[in-house]
Amino acid sequence: MTEASESLKTTPLHSLHLELKGKMVPFAGYDMPVQYPLGILKEHQHTRAKAGLFDVSHMGQVRLTGEDPAAALESLVPGDIKGLARGRMRYTLFLNEQGGILDDLMVTNAGDHLFLVVNAARKDHDVAHMRERLKGKAEVELLDDLALMALQGPEAAAVLGRFIPEAATMKFMSYLPATFNGIPVIITRSGYTGEDGYEISCDTSDAETIARALLAEDEVEAIGLGARDSLRLEAGLCLYGHDIDETTTPVEAGLEWALSKRRREEGGFPGYAIIKDQLANGAPRRRVGFQPDGRQPAREHTDVCDADGQKIGEVTSGGFGPTASAPVAMGYVDRAHAAVGTPVQLMVRGKPLAAKVAAMPFVPQRYYRG
Amino acid sequence: MTIKYTKDHEWVRVEGDVGTVGVSDHAQHQLGDVVFVELPDVGRQLAQGKEAAVVESVKAASDVFAPVSGEVIEANADLENDPSLVNAGAETTGWFFKLRLSNPAELDGLMDEAAYKAFVEGQA
Repeated sequence: MTEASESLKTTPLHSLHLELKGKMVPFAGYDMPVQYPLGILKEHQHTRAKAGLFDVSHMGQVRLTGEDPAAALESLVPGDIKGLARGRMRYTLFLNEQGGILDDLMVTNAGDHLFLVVNAARKDHDVAHMRERLKGKAEVELLDDLALMALQGPEAAAVLGRFIPEAATMKFMSYLPATFNGIPVIITRSGYTGEDGYEISCDTSDAETIARALLAEDEVEAIGLGARDSLRLEAGLCLYGHDIDETTTPVEAGLEWALSKRRREEGGFPGYAIIKDQLANGAPRRRVGFQPDGRQPAREHTDVCDADGQKIGEVTSGGFGPTASAPVAMGYVDRAHAAVGTPVQLMVRGKPLAAKVAAMPFVPQRYYRG
Repeated sequence: MTIKYTKDHEWVRVEGDVGTVGVSDHAQHQLGDVVFVELPDVGRQLAQGKEAAVVESVKAASDVFAPVSGEVIEANADLENDPSLVNAGAETTGWFFKLRLSNPAELDGLMDEAAYKAFVEGQA
């Protein structure tokens, strides 16, 4: 192991990753498996065909308590948190005063508290942000004694149902405290692959036992961060720090669906004036998908030009979609060029690669709708 | 027939004044699943150590450098339809291009198979 990796943090499944011969890379300050011997392509395809187990313990799990944590959190995010029924969850965004995105997160109404899952690279920021802005209104606790795993794919429900029968009939975007072979866990029916699946939260000391039990099931393979990225890209899902950041608004990012109806009318979240204007009049640029002709991928930071060679935007995520069996990308273009089907040129290594603005997701989402 | 390797993990197999170029089996392992290869056009003059091709895996794009100088006389058309040949046969069917050597003396600065093997083991 190199000196650099010695300063990296590890998850409770680190020794299991090494045992499974994961290829370890630094990610968000953690030593994480980018792939296992199966390889990114097959790991991706396996997740779409059966079920994949992902270690996402590097992500931040946060408990928000107080007299009315939902009302408090609504001062920082544009989602309807007060209207979230007990046991239900929602995707939302921390915003700055310009309507820029500070992070994206999942919020669950866990009854006596809110349960948040935030990005690994942003968890320290998010906790400090909430502690400062919600002072006196809510208590913020980073639950770093918890591990988090994702079980994703069309067989995920059948697999988890063997251990937790109620899991199989849970609604998409719902939450359930349960036991797994007698071990207390919190499961949500959610994920980041476009497939049906779950995230499983448990004590760090129980993580390896649960991971081994799931990996022992025929349908399940361990999946690394490489396939996690190609899966979410095909599903059209944003990666914070790449597709969304402090300079992009939810309207530019095409995340209007995360701006709940009541909040659009009432406001009361950072950047409301700018977002309200963009909702009414359109944003200057839009996040769109790109479908290059041929097989050559266009990567992040590739310039996007119009037919005349004028720069109109930039690719923010791009690669090869193993299920789409074609290169796929997303990024931003000026609003005049954002319609699906618009021909564009992606400037790959100085040469124009013909592409079209494409609808996302590139692969249909297959969430469980009951 | 001689095969020589570079520190950047290209190989060149020389027959007469024609060199066949590809990436080593070690390199394809490091790259992972290859999904696209950008090959040089026939007629292009390549300089030793300069960019000659690009190999793209699911995750990233990597440059391939010319192990020796020369003019490209053929590119492996099979890689267009099936880039995974690079994984299946990096040092055989997954070759990238052929060139006519303009300075065969450059070969003397490259590693033979045994030296390359030792080099790779030294990197691990």
